[in-house]
Amino acid sequence: MSDSPIAVEEHGPELRHHFASVEQQRDAASLGMWLFLATEIMFFGGLFLAYLVYRMWYYNEFAAGSRSLDITLGTVNTMVLICSSLTVALGVRAAQMGKRMLLVILLVLTLIFGLAFLGIKGVEWYQKYAEHHIPGHSFDASDLAKDYPQLPIDQAHDQIYFSLYFAMTGLHALHMIIGVGIFSFLLFYAWKGRYTPEYHTPVEIGGLYWHFVDIVWIYLFPLLYLIDRKR
Amino acid sequence: MSEHILSSKVYWIIWITLMCLTMVTAAVAFVDLGPFNTVVALVIATFKALLVVLFFMHVKYASEKMTKMVIVSALFWLFLLLFLSLADYGTRYASHP
Repeated sequence: MSDSPIAVEEHGPELRHHFASVEQQRDAASLGMWLFLATEIMFFGGLFLAYLVYRMWYYNEFAAGSRSLDITLGTVNTMVLICSSLTVALGVRAAQMGKRMLLVILLVLTLIFGLAFLGIKGVEWYQKYAEHHIPGHSFDASDLAKDYPQLPIDQAHDQIYFSLYFAMTGLHALHMIIGVGIFSFLLFYAWKGRYTPEYHTPVEIGGLYWHFVDIVWIYLFPLLYLIDRKR
Repeated sequence: MSEHILSSKVYWIIWITLMCLTMVTAAVAFVDLGPFNTVVALVIATFKALLVVLFFMHVKYASEKMTKMVIVSALFWLFLLLFLSLADYGTRYASHP
């Protein structure tokens, strides 16, 4: 009968024994992350759909709301995020090659860019607060009616624009905050030298998450800031 | 078989392209193209997203075919969500309710 022991292959501590190889383990982790990102696409997709439908119905209010955003800060923030994606991509490369110090420096740069994005976003939100553009009791869009006389505005519909603005940028900022948390964790273990050319899956899939959050912003930027400037 | 490590030059070129496209799309927002402002902005955004997915997220060099299938499926579901819903809402009322 089969009393012969199951063949046990020798492998390093980086490989969990239910995987055949380091490559298979890495592919499985990356595939799992992509499945999570697929759910995230649908999660943000609902908000994008709501934005597009309401923009179709209440075009004037959405155009006035969009034009009241600070396009300079929006553009700078897009660039900050693209820079952070570069440092993440170079960081993953440093991990692949086992360059510990380079990885640590690039992770620190990523965190700085990420926090800079959140800081600029905070400045923009504060401007909206100062202008009484936060939906609720003290909401007042009469300044928009004055600034854009060519766009007849129903204030209630402008609350919908700013509700969606805060929901979308807020959910995106929440993802950024979670990203900063993930990258602090990566920085800690990178500093301790845990990531090697054989094992750097956390850096790779953390990077996938960061790039995804960047892509969400790549679409939020034109929808919220750009497409209704003219017309 | 080991992982495909891209030259850092590739990442820098993608970065410069993304930065230029961001400036272009912001500048075009101030040019009156009628309905094409939306089209141009979204085409540029999609091109930027494509560069990030293919190069920064290594999908162009992924050995695992399933990853590409997951991405295409996710985009297909997103297409159903956006296209069918907008077709419905866009044609249901002559003007907004």
